[in-house]
Amino acid sequence: MKISNRILFALAALMLIPLYFMPFWTISMKAPQFPEGIGMFIYINDVTGHNRHDISSINILNHYIGMQEIDVEAIPEIRIMPWIFAFMIASGIIGAIAGYRWILLSWLVLFIVLSIAGIIDYYLWGYEYGHNLSPDAPIKVPGMSYQPPLIGTKQLLNIKASSWPYWGSLFIVLSMLTAGFALYREKFTGAGKNDGEPAVTTLTSEVSA
Amino acid sequence: MNLSIFTTKKALLGGLLVVAAGLMIAGCPSQQAMIGSADAAQKTYVAPGDYDEFYTFMSGGYSGQVSVFGLPSGRLFKVIPVFSQDPESGYGYYEESKALLHTTYGFQPWDDSHHPHLSQTNGVADGRWLFINANNTPRIARIDLTTFETKEIIEIPNTGGNHGSSFVTENTEYVVGATRFSIPFEPDMDVPIDSYKENFDGALTFLKVDQETGKMNIDFQMIVPPYNYDLARAGKGKSADWYFFTTYNTEQAHTLLEINASRNDKDFVAAVNWKKAAEYVREGRAKKMSTEYYHNTYDAATSMVVSTKKNEVLVLRPEDAPGIMYFLPTPKSPHGVDVDPTGEYLVAGGKLATVIPVHSFSKMLEAIENEDFEETINGIPVLRYEATIAGEVENPGLGPLHTEFDGKGYAYTSVYISSEIVKWSLETFEVVDRIDAYYSIGHLMIPGGDTKKPYGKYMVGLTKTAKDRYLPVGPKQNHPAQLYDISGDRMQLLLDFPTIGEPHYAQAISAAKLRPNIKQIYELEDNHHPHATKSVNNARVERDGDVVRVYMATIRSNFRPDNIEGIRLGDTVYFHITNLEQEWDVVHGFAIKGGQMGEVLLAPGQTKTLKWTPTRTGIYPFYCTAFCSALHQEMQGYVRVSPRGSDVPLTFRTGNL
Repeated sequence: MKISNRILFALAALMLIPLYFMPFWTISMKAPQFPEGIGMFIYINDVTGHNRHDISSINILNHYIGMQEIDVEAIPEIRIMPWIFAFMIASGIIGAIAGYRWILLSWLVLFIVLSIAGIIDYYLWGYEYGHNLSPDAPIKVPGMSYQPPLIGTKQLLNIKASSWPYWGSLFIVLSMLTAGFALYREKFTGAGKNDGEPAVTTLTSEVSA
Repeated sequence: MNLSIFTTKKALLGGLLVVAAGLMIAGCPSQQAMIGSADAAQKTYVAPGDYDEFYTFMSGGYSGQVSVFGLPSGRLFKVIPVFSQDPESGYGYYEESKALLHTTYGFQPWDDSHHPHLSQTNGVADGRWLFINANNTPRIARIDLTTFETKEIIEIPNTGGNHGSSFVTENTEYVVGATRFSIPFEPDMDVPIDSYKENFDGALTFLKVDQETGKMNIDFQMIVPPYNYDLARAGKGKSADWYFFTTYNTEQAHTLLEINASRNDKDFVAAVNWKKAAEYVREGRAKKMSTEYYHNTYDAATSMVVSTKKNEVLVLRPEDAPGIMYFLPTPKSPHGVDVDPTGEYLVAGGKLATVIPVHSFSKMLEAIENEDFEETINGIPVLRYEATIAGEVENPGLGPLHTEFDGKGYAYTSVYISSEIVKWSLETFEVVDRIDAYYSIGHLMIPGGDTKKPYGKYMVGLTKTAKDRYLPVGPKQNHPAQLYDISGDRMQLLLDFPTIGEPHYAQAISAAKLRPNIKQIYELEDNHHPHATKSVNNARVERDGDVVRVYMATIRSNFRPDNIEGIRLGDTVYFHITNLEQEWDVVHGFAIKGGQMGEVLLAPGQTKTLKWTPTRTGIYPFYCTAFCSALHQEMQGYVRVSPRGSDVPLTFRTGNL
């Protein structure tokens, strides 16, 4: 791989680091009683309220419709996702150092597959919360489920729930595009001759060229 | 008559008709400047959801509380319980709050709150605390302005009627108390009333304020001649080291003061150099005197009130501390003494005087320098009137009382008997405008009008009788407040609204300054109440002999526990209730049938204790008294009370039918 594409590959991996510090998704809820709104931020390693006590407020509201409590500690994804991202960052950097195009290709494919799996998982998570309601719920509206929208806005009784990507997702997209761009350059800009050769050789050939 | 047409009928029919009406002037002695109702309405209109420009804190007088209004709308936001029990919130009924009202005379369920004063930094209100005095059983309270709750009450010993209080110095170094009645200092002194001149004394009390916590401590008292000390103000700028007090009854009468205390042509303004007095105290010139008073402070961490009895006070006599106190002769039983924004002019309102005397601070210092004294009373030099007077405002109406300032060179004096406000120039000492008050005005208040930087836009008149101002509500009407626009040359009446209790004085602060500090919840995490229940899983009932403690939690929409059995006649039950909500303004309440201590309201994150002594066996319902949620009406429970010696086991539960 060309050095510039390897740098792009490494950059794509490094762009996932901010995900540890900023939410990649947000769910906000508006209701007449919440003029200031309440909501949640979803991080790869945490779920927090828009304001300090929003999760507890959401849980209190949800108990009326029999929704299970959001217990951040008990969400398995929160424990798994940081490792997945750590793997992606590490494998990306190692791949960039190694300089094999197949690694880049596999990395990108894996990344896309994981992202789709993440979206499906998020949908199932929302489905589970929205449909698995306690039979003892004080408020039961026939035919009503409370699944938040996957993306967009939906009116759920008195609450207008919105679900949108947040800043972290921008880095996911940028990372994917950067890796894709590196792959595109490798494949279509005549840099293919180095494919399959070890990194050191690549470096020397770059320098001697 | 005209006024009612302007303010009601045409406003209702459509403001357009009166827009052109403009200024109207009617009658003598006061001229009534009125603006069209539509103009006035526009100036006081705060649209739904919009905020007022100022917070105004009005004392409650005989209600004992403080009420919070918005300006210019005149909307009531809150009544803060201070010196009186408040069944609405449970203040003074629930255990933690009871200690705040503890005094050497036992629990005091009521008092008479007079003069609120905001803490200041550099002579301007800073929004940290509000102090207010209790007149009847002399005390000063401190209200925290992040929660609008009373956090401290301190008793003032050697004092009878703490009226000349609670004014602060320009950096809140001190807050002051002054006795309206002189009394014997020995607490239980049993002497003939007509031994007044031998046995009675006056006291001025200087309380130091901790700059971090706001906590007050009596630093020292000054023993002064047995007059009535009426009102006080600290100086500012050049006069910042001084406090000024008005006196009346220099005749030292103890009966029919109406006649007997009105004989002298002049009483005094007392000037006290508090800074020098404090130095003398540090030097050891004050003597320890045994006395007793309570100091009750709220501990934020535990939500408990710590009530401490103190047994002595440092007293300083003017005889032992020369150069700290002077008397300025002032006509006819002066009521208020107010200091202009520069600190130079001391304006006294002689309630029976025909002029407003204005003393000059620099002339006072000069007279002291020149020892221009008429006489000396108990070591206190009396300065010559002519030596300190800067001017007399002629024709101010009858009964001038209090003065505030607009920061633009004008003073505004309330005049009780002729029921008006006069505006006069601090340059010429001439009256330039006057306007009627409805009716019989006491204090007036300009936001910041007692500070170095008055806002000079609005003025509030606090009047004593409403008579025909509103729809009548019987022989006793509420006291009115009137809002005036003072931004132009002429004062204009904008609004007239009823108040809570009898506001004697008020304070105002810009909303922009105060609003950002205000708390929305009590953090459960910081709740270290010894009987807090911080999770529903911790809810429980414990018996210790005849005392049963219910550790109860409230959360929408249930109590935990809500079924309690095994209480026996003869038990004392404490409901320690914690509101687990952490959302702004989600309040729960608690009351039990036949409960002797009323109900209690709990803000989010708070723990409070209600005591209950059941008097009959049976089933007692309890419920949430604040409409908290959609299923508020389901938020209820039962307590079973069995006879003495019953073997019903102590059990509790929530859920699981």
